[in-house]
Amino acid sequence: MTAKVVITGIGVATPNGLGVDDFWAATRIGKNAIGPVTRFDAAQYPSRLAGEIHSFTAEDHLPSRLIPQTDRMTRLALVAADCAFEDAGVKPGDIPEFDMGVVTASTSGGFEFGQNELKKLWSQGSQYVSAYQSFAWFYAVNSGQISIRNGMRGPSGVVVSDQAGGLDAIAQARRQIRKGSKLIFSGGFDASICPWGWVAQVAGGRMTTSDQPERAYLPFDADASGYVPGEGGALMILEDAEAARARGAANVYGEIAGYGATIDPKPGSGRESGLRRAIETALADAELAPGQIDVVFADAAGSPDLDRIEADALTAVFGPAGVPVTAPKTMTGRLYSGAAPVDVVSAVLAMREGLIPPTTNVTLAPEYDIDLVTGQARTASVRAALVIARGQGGFNSAVVVRAVD
Amino acid sequence: MSHQEFALEDLKRILLEGAGAEEGVDLDSDILDTDFEELGYESLALLETGGRIEREYGIEFDDDAFAENRTPRALVAHVNGLLQSA
Repeated sequence: MTAKVVITGIGVATPNGLGVDDFWAATRIGKNAIGPVTRFDAAQYPSRLAGEIHSFTAEDHLPSRLIPQTDRMTRLALVAADCAFEDAGVKPGDIPEFDMGVVTASTSGGFEFGQNELKKLWSQGSQYVSAYQSFAWFYAVNSGQISIRNGMRGPSGVVVSDQAGGLDAIAQARRQIRKGSKLIFSGGFDASICPWGWVAQVAGGRMTTSDQPERAYLPFDADASGYVPGEGGALMILEDAEAARARGAANVYGEIAGYGATIDPKPGSGRESGLRRAIETALADAELAPGQIDVVFADAAGSPDLDRIEADALTAVFGPAGVPVTAPKTMTGRLYSGAAPVDVVSAVLAMREGLIPPTTNVTLAPEYDIDLVTGQARTASVRAALVIARGQGGFNSAVVVRAVD
Repeated sequence: MSHQEFALEDLKRILLEGAGAEEGVDLDSDILDTDFEELGYESLALLETGGRIEREYGIEFDDDAFAENRTPRALVAHVNGLLQSA
């Protein structure tokens, strides 16, 4: 008998909302948060749009001790962790320290911090580089800082598989709870809207060069031209369902019911992408038939070749237009490791309200045989949702989230 | 620059710039003889603080400077010693 793992607390920060209430209020009405880059002068770069978080002042939320040693992504993650604890009605000392862990995902690491220190290295000399560069840029730093701040010394780590990592981390957290941990923090945050982060993404060749915020990131649209990057993410508190019930958890948002992950075959091999198999594995793990899934939160890459692969996988599993599909990330841009955790949050909030948030700005191209929820949110009874995430390098991951009675 | 002095106020400023202040610790209280660790500064915070003092005052610490000078009073005296012998 494997333990049921449930989400009992949420902390979220995205370009269209800080905190669960703001985030959902914006997401359910399709509020766009993509705009010109303001965090640095992007005029000389081929891509100039981003989903930025404008209303976050770390000093308002964190002690001054943490400011000199943290990248922006870590500050966002630490504040989200505080919110998740509050939401879950748990205080860090309530549970033994070795029974609580942190498993997050990361795509870039602390690029803005790292860039500033490298700049000092080359312009002023090595003695000007912050001692905190030793860890502030590092992939695992969000897990580490959350662990230190909240006294969580149980199984912890980081998963680095680009955007798919956001789901892989949740799966790893579920494994740790099944092995006996009481509470695991999971999710992901990235915030690398800085020249160094930018050129790394530009080199990938899949960023849009559009300058029109409403016509830039258009997955499954005939005008799809790539993606817009964003910053932010979400953290969730995962607990054993019985343990959560025993402590009288106020919020039980949903169950992490299924997971599947695959790696694509070598490019040029002519073999099918692993995405369909990841979806089928997640459904089998959840013991659900395709017909029992009420909505799919798509990866929605925004490049025609990748959109084609995803639409084909969905049609193969669910049949032509067989399930509502949505991509609220069209409002914020792609948040890297933060994207899929945010979609998991959207999925459980969709269950709570009975409303599928919309894919904004997109007109579905006739070549895709999927039921894309465009324009406005759609009222629907949502009991089970599938969240898909793919990462650069052939990572495919899928998670099934199910309502808990 | 040979007669430059390093005061507690300078140390406090540099600590705040480089490492901030621990919650519940008041650097304006009597901290002269309080261990840095008790003030919330672990080895990395002291490494950063040391680097900043070196840059600003043009001195160089030995590797064990912070192991041997564990309080603000001891460190301020140590820095002034280095400044005078410079």
